[in-house]
Amino acid sequence: MATNKKIRILIAKPGLDGHDKGAKVVSLALRDAGMEVIYSGLHQTLDQIIQSATQEAVDVIGLSIMSGAHLPICQKLKAMMQEKGLVHTKLTVGGVIPHQDIPKLQEIGVAAVFPGGTSFEDIIKGINSLFD
Amino acid sequence: MGVAKYIKNEKDAIKEVIYQSGIKVKPSYGPEDLEKAGFKYEKDLGAPGEYPFTRSIHPQSYRSRAWTTRQYTGFGTPEETNERFKLMIANGQNGLNVAFDLPTQMGYDSDHPLAEGEVGRVGMAIDSLRDFEAAFKGIPLDRIGSGLTINAVATIMMAMYQAVAEKFGYSKNQISTTPQNDILKEMIGRGAWIFPVDHGVRLVGDSIEYAVKELPKSNPVSICGYHIRESGATPAQEIAYAFEIAKAYIENVTQRGIKPEDFVGRFSFNLNVYGNLWEQIAKFRAARKLWAKMLKEEYGVKENKNLFLRGLFGGGGSGLTKEQPENNIMRGAYYALGAALSGAQTTALCSFDEAYTIPTPRSALLSLRTLEILMDEVGLRDTVDPLAGSYFIETLTLEMEQKILEEMKEVEKWGGMVKSISNGFIQRKVSRQAYEFEKGLQSGEYRKVGVVPVSEKGTDKDPGSEPAAVELHEYNEAWAEKSIANLKELRRTRNGKDVAECLKGLEKAAKTSENVMPHLVKCCHAYATVGEMAGVFRQVFGEWKEPDFY
Amino acid sequence: MPDIKDILSGNQNAGAKLIRLIEDRDPSAHEVLKALYPHSGNAFIIGITGSPGVGKSTLIDALIAEFLKLNKKIGVIAVDPSSPVSGGAILGDRLRMQRHAADPNVFIRSMASRGQKGGLSRAAKDAALVLDAMGYDILIIETAGAGQTEVDVAGIVHCVGIVTIPGTGDGIQAIKAGILETGDVFILNKCDRPDSDAAEFELNMMISMRPPSPGSWKAVVVKTRALDGTGVKELAEVFLSHYAFLNQEGRLEQKRKNQEGKYFQSLVADLALEKIMSALETSKAYQEALQKMELNGTDPLSAAESVVGGITIGNFKK
Repeated sequence: MATNKKIRILIAKPGLDGHDKGAKVVSLALRDAGMEVIYSGLHQTLDQIIQSATQEAVDVIGLSIMSGAHLPICQKLKAMMQEKGLVHTKLTVGGVIPHQDIPKLQEIGVAAVFPGGTSFEDIIKGINSLFD
Repeated sequence: MGVAKYIKNEKDAIKEVIYQSGIKVKPSYGPEDLEKAGFKYEKDLGAPGEYPFTRSIHPQSYRSRAWTTRQYTGFGTPEETNERFKLMIANGQNGLNVAFDLPTQMGYDSDHPLAEGEVGRVGMAIDSLRDFEAAFKGIPLDRIGSGLTINAVATIMMAMYQAVAEKFGYSKNQISTTPQNDILKEMIGRGAWIFPVDHGVRLVGDSIEYAVKELPKSNPVSICGYHIRESGATPAQEIAYAFEIAKAYIENVTQRGIKPEDFVGRFSFNLNVYGNLWEQIAKFRAARKLWAKMLKEEYGVKENKNLFLRGLFGGGGSGLTKEQPENNIMRGAYYALGAALSGAQTTALCSFDEAYTIPTPRSALLSLRTLEILMDEVGLRDTVDPLAGSYFIETLTLEMEQKILEEMKEVEKWGGMVKSISNGFIQRKVSRQAYEFEKGLQSGEYRKVGVVPVSEKGTDKDPGSEPAAVELHEYNEAWAEKSIANLKELRRTRNGKDVAECLKGLEKAAKTSENVMPHLVKCCHAYATVGEMAGVFRQVFGEWKEPDFY
Repeated sequence: MPDIKDILSGNQNAGAKLIRLIEDRDPSAHEVLKALYPHSGNAFIIGITGSPGVGKSTLIDALIAEFLKLNKKIGVIAVDPSSPVSGGAILGDRLRMQRHAADPNVFIRSMASRGQKGGLSRAAKDAALVLDAMGYDILIIETAGAGQTEVDVAGIVHCVGIVTIPGTGDGIQAIKAGILETGDVFILNKCDRPDSDAAEFELNMMISMRPPSPGSWKAVVVKTRALDGTGVKELAEVFLSHYAFLNQEGRLEQKRKNQEGKYFQSLVADLALEKIMSALETSKAYQEALQKMELNGTDPLSAAESVVGGITIGNFKK
């Protein structure tokens, strides 16, 4: 039987920051690249993100963070993902992220980092390459 | 959004220029263009300071008074913010533009679980009047006005500003505050909304009514085309949507039996300046004229001073690039030039390193100096509206006027701004445009210096990416600890019975149509916390759910 | 592969993973589905449908709150169309049901239609089976748009709720789309609008025009305002009374049998097509027919006939 697989990704805005233009345009770009995007809306708690990722059985969680809190948020979320058995789900993050933080994020277990200014093409490639 | 579309031939000669608002620009302009557009000096321009104020709202403009500069300031604890305020004032800034952290903007106290990691991060953390006392200590509140960048809980901060002034011995007649207080624009972009649309608009109405009656020198609302543009609107849409938002607020307040003449003069605007210089200038000139015309013709406003479009025209963050951040210093200077040529009353620039971090003292001062150079060295104070009479600028101004009117008509066709936002029409339109523009930028259809189109990556046109050398503003965990400790101490020492009683009064007002402002002032004086006051609203009003954007 | 025991005990992670396999048409889901079947049949399945913008998700959010008050466990499958161009989708219904997302008694799953005919109802039906076996008492399947999808969905739910708003002439569209016959509950949302009484009258008129059928459920119109919860308690009661009605005189059993019969038919068609196509597509005859079309300009019908004519139906006795 032919499978009908698509990449499912949760685009989530954790915390209180409301700058969602980036999350929205990236969602549109991923849709146009044939992915299924579950859009969380604003002001998400990490619990809500875990719950959405679980129930939606997504392959990727894509966080959009502009507030500068990417390190503590990713660290905490990664631990929660382990605890809830989301071991195959990849965590990615985009937004206002300084270069020097990228290795730190990778160390935490973030699978891909897309700082502001990353082209749609590179984001799509980056996400696809997680499943090669 | 930000730059025009240039269609060129093989030899790099420009064949066609199309501005974001949809206006095509000709290779040159002459008297025939003005004639074709029906330009009449008296009707379309008039002298500076005369209706319809296309040229300026004041006859002397910068001759009589240079613009005021208000860099967005605030981070960490109120004490640290206070130091920064004093530094900015000592360096010549004559008004404050206060930044609040996200928990405060969203009506949560520093010890709320959702505040974790956010306390003091993007602005100062305010939990109670005690924090305002620390933040404004030693600031002459009768001379220095304060813009408060807060929206969903703007009523609370306005009340707290009055309370702190009273605490310091000023009367409410002496103080001048401009809370941003534009909840509808938060729902289009920026996202710091809490309550459903109708309750949000009611709170804006409450604050306007209160200011009209109790705060003679304060401007209760600053309508932000700025953030609407940042979200992907064109310059024409920025103005059109801002005006439609203003109409929604005007409607709410007039329903209370207050005449537009009595309050529209207190509206101010926060508008965006980036991208194509000429389009910006035409936009502001057209906006000034349309605003005056609309108030006069639709709302019967008569007095000149109530017809003024006053505004902070600020350099747009979306114009800046993450690539080659030093270029943003130059961009900022030209945006400021645009603001000056457009007759801005107040201006502020984004710091060049904003794509990376919260402005450091160095970058914030650099923005301030840029503005001073324009005023004191380059000659922008010399004469009013120096571009008036230019065939190009006047034609473009008339064309912008038409574009703005078209966009307004569309919103009205949808049933006005409240409905258009509730249904997500505006959000859909704006986010789709943002997406298309971003695609155009990446494909090279639009050009921004430093941004390499995908097709040129790795070619000799790609300078390669060098990690930018910017100084980072570090987050300090101690801010949260201190705020939380202060909060604990406050809850222990304040008069709990007073607080409970004031909050009860607030709840009663929220449930009826009674104005919440006097109750908020009482709550602030009793040291009720922001989270407690917003909590009353959350419980009575509920929270908004965003419509689809796609 | 998710463990059957985990699913039966209501483990969300396991259930979600199985639904994912179903949606991806991964054949490894088949054995688990078969094993779960005896544990299903306990849930009441409601379909909620209506044009975009009528407030379905907000209404479902309010309904979840009502059903939770009655100590029910609720599963939601929210279906949105896939982009016909890219095959991708943005699924945002869940953001309007957010306040219940963290409640362990609520499971919300967004699903894209993924384009293929009948595929949606199959994935949604199997996902409903999983949620049913996980112990969810009430399942809500949300679909958007007026058209074929609704008619498909009517074949997999016990109760069809159609949402409209005053002043849109949706009622008329419903007749055209043929979904009027399938509606058990008509929900007139945003009922604070001025013309809601007229819309209610119009809906009742249309219901009364249905051919009378003794012993069958008489469709009901309920007015709601999902935004503040007005009428939602009544709506929940109407749904439950429809359930009670179905549970009398073996109606639900009969409905289920009919639906299973039709589902069997469509499954046979589906699986047979898959099987035949996977054999055909790699066959010489198929490739040759394609080539003839390209090189000799053979018409598509003749080319197709030349392939299909070669299929022999072997061992099926009447």
